[in-house]
This record gives sequence, C-alpha cells and structure tokens, in this order.
Amino acid sequence: MPLPLFWFFAILMLVGGLAVISLRNPVAAALSMVASFVGLAGLFIGLNAYLVGIIQILVYAGAIMVLFLFIIMLLDLKTEEKRAPKVVPVVGGLGIVLAFTIQLIGVLGKTPPKESEPLDLVAAATHQTGGIQETLKDDRLPDVNLVGDLMFTEYNLPLQIVGVLLLVATVGVVVLSKRQTA
Amino acid sequence: MDLLTDLAIILAKVIGLTFMVVLPLVPICVYFERRFSAIIQDRVGPNRVGIPLTLFGAKKDFHLFGLVQPMADGLKLFLKEDFTPSYVRKSFYWLAPALTVIPSLVTVCVVPFGSPITIGGEAHKLVIADLDVGPLFVFAVSSLTVYGITLAGWSSNSKYPFVGGVRSTAQMISYEIALGLSIIPLLLYYGDLNLSSIVEHQAAHGWLLLPFWGHTADYPLAEKLIFLVPAVIAFIIFTTSIFAETNRMPFDLPECETELVGGYHTEYSSMKFAMFFMGEYAAMVIGSALIVTLFLGGWSMGFGLDQALLKDDAGNWVWFSGLVHMGVFMTKLVAFILFFILVRWTVPRFRYDQLMRLGWVVFFEAALINVFLAAFVIAAPQLGWLSTIAGLVLLAVVTGALVWVLKTSDPKSPPNRGLLGQN
Repeated sequence: MPLPLFWFFAILMLVGGLAVISLRNPVAAALSMVASFVGLAGLFIGLNAYLVGIIQILVYAGAIMVLFLFIIMLLDLKTEEKRAPKVVPVVGGLGIVLAFTIQLIGVLGKTPPKESEPLDLVAAATHQTGGIQETLKDDRLPDVNLVGDLMFTEYNLPLQIVGVLLLVATVGVVVLSKRQTA
Repeated sequence: MDLLTDLAIILAKVIGLTFMVVLPLVPICVYFERRFSAIIQDRVGPNRVGIPLTLFGAKKDFHLFGLVQPMADGLKLFLKEDFTPSYVRKSFYWLAPALTVIPSLVTVCVVPFGSPITIGGEAHKLVIADLDVGPLFVFAVSSLTVYGITLAGWSSNSKYPFVGGVRSTAQMISYEIALGLSIIPLLLYYGDLNLSSIVEHQAAHGWLLLPFWGHTADYPLAEKLIFLVPAVIAFIIFTTSIFAETNRMPFDLPECETELVGGYHTEYSSMKFAMFFMGEYAAMVIGSALIVTLFLGGWSMGFGLDQALLKDDAGNWVWFSGLVHMGVFMTKLVAFILFFILVRWTVPRFRYDQLMRLGWVVFFEAALINVFLAAFVIAAPQLGWLSTIAGLVLLAVVTGALVWVLKTSDPKSPPNRGLLGQN
C-alpha cells in the first residue's frame, strides 16, 4: 500500500473516531462513525485483506449503521444536543486511552525496527491444492477462497454452531415481536 | 513501466469509462425513457429538439429525433434557481445528493467493459479495478447510497420527505439480503468472484442463461442445462431485487407521488434534484451492467463467435477485440435498460406491505432454497444414488414446509366490494 494512501485512510479513520465522541448531534456522530469504518476498510484493503475490508463496509457501514441512523432519526434530537458531558466518564475514557498509549509505546520500544518481507505467494502455492494453488501461482492472493476453505473444512463445526446461534436469535426476535402485537 | 505511466493509464480508464461511457448514458436513458413511454402510451414524446439551423438562416431545423433533448433538460436544471428552504438542516441537506451519486459511480470500477485491448504491444484490461471480490464490492458500495436518501429525507425537516426516506431505508435493507443470497448459486457455479474471469468463463463455455456452445469434458451440456433451473430462479430474484434497490417502478414507494408528493427529494430543486435523478439512473445502469455480466455473458458475443472471429491462431485476443466487445456490452446494456423502462411503464405500483412481504417472505426464502438446490445440482454427480434421493426428499420437504408457512402467514384481507361496499 502506498504511504500517502495509508495516511489518508488512517487520518480519515482517526478523525471520524474523534468526531463520533465529540460531535453533539447524534446523526453527525453516526455519520462520522461510517467515515471511520470506511477508513478502516481502506486500511484492510491496503493490507491485501479484500474480504475483511469489503465485509467491514457491507456489514457495519452498509447495514448496522443504517439501522442506528434509522433509530436516531426517530428520536428527539434537541434534548440530546443540550445534554452536557459529564466529568467522570470523560476522565475514565482518557485514562484508558493513556494506559493504552503507554502500553503501545512499551511494545513498540521493544520491537526491533525491521521491515517485514513480502509474502512469497508462489512458494506458498506448494502447500495448497486446486483453484487456490493456481491463483497463488499467478502471484495473486485468493483471500476469499482461503477464508472459505478454512471455514468449511477445519472450522466447520464452530461455523455450524454460530449458524444455529444466529438462527436462535432470529427466532427469538420473531417470537418477541409477535407477542407484543398480540 | 514507471509509476507515472501507471497513473496515467488508471486516470484514462477512470475518465474514459466512468465519465465518458456511464455518465453520458444517464441523459440518454432519460431520453429513451421519455420516447419509449411515449410509444407505449401512444404519444409522440420529445422529438423536436435538435440542431436549430433556422437560427443561422437555414430553411429547416435538423431535428435529429429529439436526441438533443437531454442536453436541453440538463441546461434547464443548471439554470434553475437553486433554492434552499430556510427550515432544512443545511450541512446534511447539501451532503445528501452527493452521497447518492458517488457510490453509484464508484461501483463502475469493477464492471468489465470488454476483453483486453492491446495498445503498443501491451494488453490493457477494460476494467478500472480488476478486484477478486467484484460482486461483493458492488454490494458494499451501493449499500452506501441509502445514506444519501435517508439523509435527504431527514434533513429536509418536513414530513413527506421523511416518510420517503424511512421507506427507502427499510426497502433497501430488505432487498439487499435477497440480492446477496440470490447470486450465491452463481458463485458456486463459477467458483470465482472476479467479474472479468466470470465473463471469460461465459465467453468460452456459454452464457449462464444460454449455455448452448463451448461444451467440454469439464462442462458437459447436460450439467449446464440442469443448472439452468437454479440460474433462472436466481435471475428472477436478482433482477426484481435490483428494481427494488434502484427505487424504480413497480417499487418506487419512497417517491410515490400519490402519497408523498415527491418523496425524499420534495424539498430539492435545480441541480441538487438532478443529482438524485442522476443517482437513480446511474444505479439503474450499474444494475443492468451487473445483470448482463453475471447472467448474460457480459461483453462476449456468444454462440462461439468470440473464439472464431476475434482470436488469433495462438489463442490470444486480436488487438481490436476490446473495442468490438465493448460495443457488444453496450448493446446488451442498452437493451436491458430498455427492459427496465418497459417494466416501469407496464407494471403498476405495489402497496408497501406487499413490497415488504415479497422481499422478506417470498424472495428471502426462495433464494435460500435456491442456494440449497444449486449446491445439490453441482454436488449430485459426486454423490451416490442414495444420497441423491435423500437430498431430493429433503429439498422437497423444506420447500413444502416453506410454502405452507407462506400460505398460513398470508393475512386474510376482506373481499374488495369497491367504494360502495365500504360505506
């Protein structure tokens, strides 16, 4: 990923994140969160993780935040805008940020400044089979195929369990909403 | 090749394909829409605006079938007063039109317009970004258009636009699910998420909905014919969902005139209104492009003509094949846009509860069963006869159960006795 693009997306993400907590208007805050998600997705795509980046936009920016916005718009925004920030949560939040920064500085201080080598995709092809191997030989990273391959072979049982969990949640929502209308 | 040439090529592709191919299609679509609807309704339509030769002393104008009409329309929209009502939320009101147009135009970058074109011994793909996650990218970016419409409705600070915006949000979220699920059978079949290779596969082995050439041992005719069943179901669900996603008739409830004045863009005028208009038509163009690419062979001519006419002896595309294929793609695209227009002017508008029901109860379930069916069709040759029969029985039971749920969940409406019966 070219450096200017990294800075662009990183700054977009950070400014968006700051705006989420500092803007008083909830709709503006929700939109800043979308901007932050788009920046994060850009960073993921820059790291060759196309699937993760796209899912970030598709699920978080495109679906979940739309629902958030939907709910926020139905609220009375005037009262939200007048609410004054309380001291204790702000101090607590700043404390956590400080602790995290100190930890980050500690970790980075101990890491030797060494540039990592790019992944040798052609060599990695020998460990794979089928279509994945062919794409790797073309010097392209088939990240979608790799994720799918892992999910449906090695982690098949956890995947099924997550599926059942989601199904239970869906059925629960239907039951609850039906009970209220009756 | 150095960085500068790379950048120049990318810029040329972006400007050429987005701003000189897709964007001009928008006014042309408006012209087609007006002329075609006029033909359907037995009117004449705009057929006069041409080159005004009489201004320069000639005897007659050159009317050009009214093809200059879109330019006149655009000029009118530019010159109109750009009025901002005093009660709107200004920053969001200004942001909304941009948020509708930009995502539609960004999605252009993964659509393959043709086979590689060779300039100076170097092959350039006729696609801006040859991503390996093409359809997912289109869904992700086009799901952002909903922000523009929702914000337009909310920031107008007026009741009808707000209802329009809320309707549109609910509708787009509902149909995105059917849209995403309906193409899973295709992805299973192609085994690839790259739109360029999907089209190349169709050029070699027959279009998904018309697989009558290019049979090989790996892709025998019988298998392709059996796969037509899930493919046609996917095509119907996908096309209808695209209609709903682009807010076109018969699903244009967000801007339903009889109930909502103009819907989410009621408070907009001049070029800001035109941006919503452009966004809608650009989404229609991209939707058609996606349908053509996934189901109807994209840029390929079909019937084995690509292989016979445009490949040299070594099996490479000849240098001008890209241009020919681009022409083929544009022809298919315009044909599909005409289909969009035909549907708009023939099918009446749905009721809102019918729309939601169609999305959640019918299409969602049908798409899920279709995924199962497609996987079964693809896996059947490897399964034994016992598993095949078990799978068939399971499929029938699941389908039957869902149809039964559909029937029992149908709200019983009282028989319509007309206006007199209600009093």
